[in-house]
Amino acid sequence: MTAALEVRNLSVTFGRDRVLRDLSFSVDAGKTLAIIGPNGAGKTVLFRALIGALPYEGEVVWAPGTRIGYVPQKLDIERDLPLTGYDFLGAKAHVTGDAPEEIARVLAAVSLDAEVAARPIGTLSGGQFQRLLVAFALMGRPTVLLFDEPTAGVDQPGEESIYALFRDLQRAHGFSLLLISHELTLVYRYADTVLCLSRSEACIGPPIEVLTTQRLQEMYGTEVKFHDHAHGNAGH
Amino acid sequence: MPATSTLVLAVLMAVAAGLVGSVAVMRRMTLASDAISHVALPGVGLALILHFNPVLGALAALLVGTLLVWLVERQTRIPTEAIIGVVFSAALAVGSMMASGEELIDALFGGAQALGRVELLLGIVGALLVIAFMLWARSELVIALVSQDLARTSGVKVERVNLIFLLGFALTVALGLRFLGVLLMGSLIIIPAATAKQLARSLGGMQAIAVGIAVGVTLAGAFAAPALHLEAGPVSIVLAAMVFFVSLLLRRPA
Repeated sequence: MTAALEVRNLSVTFGRDRVLRDLSFSVDAGKTLAIIGPNGAGKTVLFRALIGALPYEGEVVWAPGTRIGYVPQKLDIERDLPLTGYDFLGAKAHVTGDAPEEIARVLAAVSLDAEVAARPIGTLSGGQFQRLLVAFALMGRPTVLLFDEPTAGVDQPGEESIYALFRDLQRAHGFSLLLISHELTLVYRYADTVLCLSRSEACIGPPIEVLTTQRLQEMYGTEVKFHDHAHGNAGH
Repeated sequence: MPATSTLVLAVLMAVAAGLVGSVAVMRRMTLASDAISHVALPGVGLALILHFNPVLGALAALLVGTLLVWLVERQTRIPTEAIIGVVFSAALAVGSMMASGEELIDALFGGAQALGRVELLLGIVGALLVIAFMLWARSELVIALVSQDLARTSGVKVERVNLIFLLGFALTVALGLRFLGVLLMGSLIIIPAATAKQLARSLGGMQAIAVGIAVGVTLAGAFAAPALHLEAGPVSIVLAAMVFFVSLLLRRPA
């Protein structure tokens, strides 16, 4: 199995505050890594270091020819920004050198109507905008997708359908998936490997090993209501 | 009736102003843009004291000013607006100490001096450069204004495109110096674009409306001002402001 990403001894420091300390892990090509942890554990910081938006110490090695699709946690868009979904996707097509037909393909992949894509992006609902961001990430045929809380602000049926969408897209395109999530039930179901970040120590392993009641309690410092599927009861 | 070659330069300058303004307004740097244009004044003052072309002095000062903004944006997380406000208001004050009387009025509001052949030619080349860059880099600028992280992962060299944009902005202000002056050129960049933002729903619409208004008020100013015994620059900007207020009544529903 070839590695899509190798991270060795990654540390990120803001002033005196060391947010990430000597983090090492790898992601195999075509696999899904879920990153969990309490607020302030450095999940988004990790992503921003991986895409080169933050200075860091240590090594971040992407496989040769890696193309990254990134879906950020939230974007602050003015409601009256005169920019339609088509403008936004068209700009990406222009930068990545894709044919304009790609736009229709990615919109179909995320089930977003042409009528919605023609509206200014500031007027879209949370779920519609989220799908547009996923479509944007899919342009340029990425080999790795990074999702920062892809379902924050999306209702529960919407959450399920976004995760199902990731799985279908991953099957169709074979990209590696890194996702930050608080939805432990969905993480359990979809991730191959779980990386848990906390202020004390990081841990990594398959969901069945990492997502135990005891581990979660250590990580979050409080009891976490989570029932894994081995006990047959999904919930969060 | 202004000379044809001067009109050509004025129209190209207005096209550049509309395109640069569209991005500046979408980047929410409305106030910053106005302040950046003020930094031209110490350059004009220095040029007048040392007896070289004031437009070159302005351009040099603007280049230094925009590099400063770029470095501040890059290096710090403190609000850029505050720094820009202080530094460039100080620039305005220093500039007005260096120039005086008639010269100062011309530098601030534009003057009626005829343009030399070399100045015209350089102006036209400069305007075409800015227009070409704004069209060429449109996609990169748009992604970067929505999110720098998205731009970075899309393969956009964010710092580089930001720098070239700011330099294009500086060049556009310098182009307008002879027509509109330091104070009013910032307005020709911002007012048509701010008006377009009220009316447009798409990027193409925004740019078309901004360019249309900038060119329209520039031409209207050039033709109407002699009849009214006024300078063209202030007439153009008053017209632009009137169009802006009308657009508030017509604005598209959010």
